[in-house]
Amino acid sequence: MRHLPALGSLVAVAAVLAALPFLLSAYHVALAAQVGIFFIAVLGLNILTGYTGQISIGHGAFMAIGGYTTAVLSRDHHTNLVLTMVAAFAICFVFGVLVGLPALRLSGVYLALATFALAISVPQLPLKWSNFLGGRDGVQTATTPSHLWLYGAAWTASAILFVLAWLILRGRVGRAFRAVRDSEIAAVASGVELPLYKTLAFGISAAYAGVAGSLFVLATNGFAAPDEFAVVLSLELLIGAAVAGLGSLWGILVGAAFVALLPTVSSSVPVIGSAHGQDVVFGAAVVLVMLLIPDGFAGLLAQVRRFARA
Amino acid sequence: MATADASRLEGLRNRGAALGGFNSVISLLLVAAAAALLVGSLRSSTFAQLTVEGLALGAVYGSLALALVLVYRASHIVNFAQGELAMATTYVAYQLIQWGLSYWEAFFATLGIAFVLGTVLEVVLIRPVLHRSAIAAVIVTVGLFILIDGVVTWIWGGDFKFMPPPFGTTIYHVGSVSIARLYLGILVVVLISVLLVWALFRFTKLGLGMRAAALRPAEAELVGIRVDRMLAIGWGLAAVLGAVAGLMAEPSQLLLEPTLMQPILVYAFAAAVLGGLESPAGAVVGGLVLGVSLTLIVQYVPAVTSELQLPFAFAVLLAVLLIKPSGLFGRRTVRRV
Repeated sequence: MRHLPALGSLVAVAAVLAALPFLLSAYHVALAAQVGIFFIAVLGLNILTGYTGQISIGHGAFMAIGGYTTAVLSRDHHTNLVLTMVAAFAICFVFGVLVGLPALRLSGVYLALATFALAISVPQLPLKWSNFLGGRDGVQTATTPSHLWLYGAAWTASAILFVLAWLILRGRVGRAFRAVRDSEIAAVASGVELPLYKTLAFGISAAYAGVAGSLFVLATNGFAAPDEFAVVLSLELLIGAAVAGLGSLWGILVGAAFVALLPTVSSSVPVIGSAHGQDVVFGAAVVLVMLLIPDGFAGLLAQVRRFARA
Repeated sequence: MATADASRLEGLRNRGAALGGFNSVISLLLVAAAAALLVGSLRSSTFAQLTVEGLALGAVYGSLALALVLVYRASHIVNFAQGELAMATTYVAYQLIQWGLSYWEAFFATLGIAFVLGTVLEVVLIRPVLHRSAIAAVIVTVGLFILIDGVVTWIWGGDFKFMPPPFGTTIYHVGSVSIARLYLGILVVVLISVLLVWALFRFTKLGLGMRAAALRPAEAELVGIRVDRMLAIGWGLAAVLGAVAGLMAEPSQLLLEPTLMQPILVYAFAAAVLGGLESPAGAVVGGLVLGVSLTLIVQYVPAVTSELQLPFAFAVLLAVLLIKPSGLFGRRTVRRV
């Protein structure tokens, strides 16, 4: 019974999402797909940063790996696009664990810096191995999906991954994650294996970013290039997670919409509505949101609930 | 109880070691490296030229790294916008020169503007969130990164700008070695700024107050130091050092563009971590070490091409973090639970 309100909102969100393609223009459907893509990435980052307490400013790197996985598989083997997403999930899980291993020794500021360096380094690699990864020109998939296909794929994947995250977080693993976040020493003392759960959290959240990256590449006409995965992407994901706050589906939706839509919406704002103006609006909005609600949208929601109850 | 006492003792001992100056092994290594550079420079003129160039680039990294360290000591956050702030102040200098100031008039005016900018940022944007959530404060600096980038591109556009060369285009010839005056100029300017900041911290009452505010905020408050004001001044000084880094990065890249400081920020992060995030001297030495080794490695190790320079800096950063998380000069933090 206790899950009833949550289940209700879930069904409501699903219903709205199913109805959207019939109501919106092709352009807006593409935007909604973009929100879905960021929903997956922010959800994944939330598992790592929000639930396990490990900051990452490098998830754009995992998106890049996922995106290139899809592009290269499709180019060289004409692999089914859905299968490439599964491959991206698996490969990024492995990379996430690999990054998570050295990250075991880092925390706080140091982890932030190391992952930031990751975000800057990974997009440089295609320039070095340009035969395989296309260099500055990028890699083109063999087939490009339609807007509707993309919308369906993004939100289906979102739904599957959301349920998966819920299953992971509600049980033993989720409790271990939260214990690590709240106090590593207390967690170890209670028998939580720190290395296992920290690398697991890194792997899972990287895998989510990989799927998002795969869809991200498909959304840009199946084209993977280093510039798409610039540092700003990693920063956007972290911003999305911060705006989302912790432990709320609505929060993640708002966070994803914030980073996916705001740059587009703000370019139509008068006065500064130029191509460059969108960064001004986006940056200012980020600063303002953090000043007004440091705990993110989920924190705001919790406050409102407390207020309503009192 | 016994472990608490032991850890406190260890903490004191470490602090003593940090105050006593450099770890002997590390200073020995640094001296050895300097000797190797000297020998190499005497044997090969290319090597000598690259060493000077690397030192100049390293000085720029070190200057920005020092800015990061000042902010970290004051507020215990990493300012991701430090590089973009430096880039923005360099654009301010560019604008002042366009309006008819000479290069050096613009240089000093820009330092003043940078100080005000850094102070205002701390007071208006960082201070309100800092005490509520450290993550939120970091996100604010990330937002500033994007905001400053946007504002600069909005005002000045994304195309390349050119500033007059501050040190002329003279090239000195020492034997078979030709050294551009530019690199010597960069080195001198950065080292003077760093020394001035060091002297401020070491010899003035203001510096003493700032050190006290950074190390023991509550106690500093009790002896009458205005901690808030000290933190704001710390951010201002960091912005000044950043401006020096930006203004000296511009001639070394020969052009000005909005992404000027983004790779340099990564090198500065690596340099600051290499030196130990809390150590000002470490940041500068870390910058110099990184600048020289990157320049030499790209030249002499065929596998590391210039595209791999950033990943290489990342590898250095990661290696330092894994082998010696406290960096070359940092002290180990002992946490009581």
